[in-house]
Amino acid sequence: MSILGKLSWDAIPYHEPIVMGTLLMVAVVGIAIAVAVTRYRKWGVLWRDWFTSVDHKRLGVMYIVLALVMLVRGFSDAIMMRTQLALATGGAEGYLPPEHYDQIFSAHGVIMIIFMAMPFMIGLMNIVLPLQIGARDVAFPFLNNLSFWLTAGGAVLINLSLAVGEFARTGWMAYPPLSELTFSPGVGVDYYIWALQISGIGTLLTGVNFLVTVIKMRTPGMKLMQMPIFTWTCTWANILIVASFPILTGVLGLLTLDRYLDFHFFTNDGGGNAMMYINLFWAWGHPEVYILILPAFGIFSEVISTFTAKRLFGYTSMVWASGAIAVLGFMVWLHHFFTMGSGANVNAFFGVMTMVIAVPTGVKLFNWLFTMYRGRLQITVPVLWTLGFMVTFTIGGMTGVLLAVPGADFVLHNSLFLIAHFHNTIIGGAVFGYLAGFSFWFSKSMGFHLNERLGKASFWCWQVGFYVAFMPLYVLGFLGMTRRLNHTDNPDWNLWLYIACAGAFIIMIGIVLQFVQLYVAFRDREKNRDTTGDPWNGHTLEWSTASPPQFYNFARLPDVHDIDAFTEAKEQGLAYQQVAEYQPIHMPKNTTAGVLIAGSLTVFGFAAVWHIVWLAVVGLIAAFGFFIHRAYDDDVDYYVQPDQVAEIESQHLAAVKEAAL
Amino acid sequence: MNTMNTAIAGVPPHMAQGDHGDEHPDSSNITTFGFWIYLMTDCLLFASVFATYAVLFMNTAGGPSGPDIFELPYVAVETATLLVSSITYGFAMIAAHQQKRSQVLGWLMVTFALGAIFIAMEVNEFHHLISEGYGPSRSAFLSSFFALVGMRGLHVTAGLVWMVVLLLEVTKKGLPKRTVTRLSCLSLFWHFLDVVWVCVFSVVYLLGVL
Repeated sequence: MSILGKLSWDAIPYHEPIVMGTLLMVAVVGIAIAVAVTRYRKWGVLWRDWFTSVDHKRLGVMYIVLALVMLVRGFSDAIMMRTQLALATGGAEGYLPPEHYDQIFSAHGVIMIIFMAMPFMIGLMNIVLPLQIGARDVAFPFLNNLSFWLTAGGAVLINLSLAVGEFARTGWMAYPPLSELTFSPGVGVDYYIWALQISGIGTLLTGVNFLVTVIKMRTPGMKLMQMPIFTWTCTWANILIVASFPILTGVLGLLTLDRYLDFHFFTNDGGGNAMMYINLFWAWGHPEVYILILPAFGIFSEVISTFTAKRLFGYTSMVWASGAIAVLGFMVWLHHFFTMGSGANVNAFFGVMTMVIAVPTGVKLFNWLFTMYRGRLQITVPVLWTLGFMVTFTIGGMTGVLLAVPGADFVLHNSLFLIAHFHNTIIGGAVFGYLAGFSFWFSKSMGFHLNERLGKASFWCWQVGFYVAFMPLYVLGFLGMTRRLNHTDNPDWNLWLYIACAGAFIIMIGIVLQFVQLYVAFRDREKNRDTTGDPWNGHTLEWSTASPPQFYNFARLPDVHDIDAFTEAKEQGLAYQQVAEYQPIHMPKNTTAGVLIAGSLTVFGFAAVWHIVWLAVVGLIAAFGFFIHRAYDDDVDYYVQPDQVAEIESQHLAAVKEAAL
Repeated sequence: MNTMNTAIAGVPPHMAQGDHGDEHPDSSNITTFGFWIYLMTDCLLFASVFATYAVLFMNTAGGPSGPDIFELPYVAVETATLLVSSITYGFAMIAAHQQKRSQVLGWLMVTFALGAIFIAMEVNEFHHLISEGYGPSRSAFLSSFFALVGMRGLHVTAGLVWMVVLLLEVTKKGLPKRTVTRLSCLSLFWHFLDVVWVCVFSVVYLLGVL
């Protein structure tokens, strides 16, 4: 084997005009951005204030930027699939050959779940959670930065697979034996393995970090049952991360051993058992979807209680319903493969457990409805997303209960009905939630407001586009169309395929409008400043800070006695108090260690994909070296002096006073 | 995975003291708690591989099964070495809390030696099996055996590397609070790996030869 392992010039897909066109576009955009950053002399700012930042608020913003970039990538895959299926009917082959099409649907799934939804959720959690519990940062700020860069490293690998080599053709779960070396001899599955492994470790560290933050860093007086509901749902999600991501690490590790060292865990020969992979995969995968949805539930709760100007109905039941969903989420994994043949009793158990999840979810839905009841709901952008969610997600939930019936599942599980179901819950649930949170907390994070009109227009495109794109898939499922088809020749399906394709384009307009909205908001930022930091008369502590919040979050750690801590403070006239004397604040310094360690591990991942042994060793040793260097760096913290704190605080208080006049 | 261990220990105290005096726990407390949670995730990683072993250990594909290849007396010596190393690490921690640097160094070196003996014995066992043609490629049973025992061996090896790093740290810097916290984290890690070994010994070796 050569010094570059399996890597050669053949790895670049010259003969694929679509891929080369995409790469050309990426290159043009990339160069344009680089030129712009250079021209405005922003490299230094980017490096010092963002890439090396340990500030949870900035890391949150970077996570969301990553999520939006990957949304564009994942959605491009989606629209290519929909147009292919609309064109490739009645014997036509369409424009995507099967080997390319298979990579597209695999990449679409991985990107949307791991590199769009997860970073979006973790980004919102980063921005909001420490503020909500009155903390100055997370428990391990450096680890937080490292987590982000590990996620970004995974994203780099999966995007690299477009230009160098190929991606997996196995579907986003990479089921063996198809993902074994025998049937997938290329590097696609290896890209899959290392992209997921590296970003997965980042996510695991995030889970540990935020769990410790919530348990150890709450402001004095705040009991667990006084934490804001978004913090609670994130906490349940973090418990799920900590309890499920090790299984992903494990199962990917075993698949790696099969592919690299000729082990026989999941192979057809040597006594391997592919179902073991599928069990372990879903023992992670099912909790994973609750990791995505629970924080979204928290966002809806915050939005509804804020914009009805009421306390959330049934806070305690909301906390425990989330907990019940988290626990039940671990007992349903087998419903992803009822057809495995576990027998009627096992299938019945998992079917019933799956249906039981509808109960705590129903509790939540009624809590939101009762919160709205007799409230004055202001129809703002976040509220629109929430209302859209309540209708859409309920439909998705009901089709889920239908799929939980093993008999029905035998008929429907490999069909487009299933595709429609999980997009119904993940788009209508998680994505709508993140977009609600995005518009809800945007001004808090950036200091200026989004454009309300464009936000509403975007919502309607998403909402209408979703139904047009995915309801036909339910029908197609009933008409017997299986998933992952490259072309079809059943005339009964054509009309529905055309409609679904049109829906995808409506969603595309919604996505474009989101970006237009960002541009307009940035252009008009001086006009739309959020000067008080509390634009919606918020309930929880994040609204007591400036927008964007002071880098130390709280000059004085707030005393908390109630669930809606900021509402209580405002009612008692305790908000915005001038403090006579500030104390020095202990803060962590920015560090390059996260970028360097994660960068080295990404190099290691790339080398592992291509079997470049020396480079893999270099990557690992470099990561270890940077890590030890960080561990013995004593210059990691500093104190913010009281006079600086006093100056920043009096500016904020003056702005609040001016706005109140 | 183990790179994260010292990462947690490497994070400085910060934001612990606000204007509320001592109401917040200090950061060594936070670090140790974070490390505990990490250990629980590691525990689940082992659980996944244990489950895989439990599913696959009958699948010998015409190759050897447990009774054919396990030598209990040899494994008993390994086990004894490991359990004693837990005790000696305990002595190191007692000395650390009493700020007795030379004792800490002495006990850590004893622990390191015992851990190294264990790893050497394990490598020897693996080498022996592979040279007889019973490598991990032979059958799903052997794949899962090598993965489970090997993964734990890699953990111990990482623990040994960590121990060397801390030996140097104690030599150079003595026993300030941060170093003691790091020693405590490695202590947790070391004892945890012992518990995992007890499970490996019972499930793989004892049940294996029944």
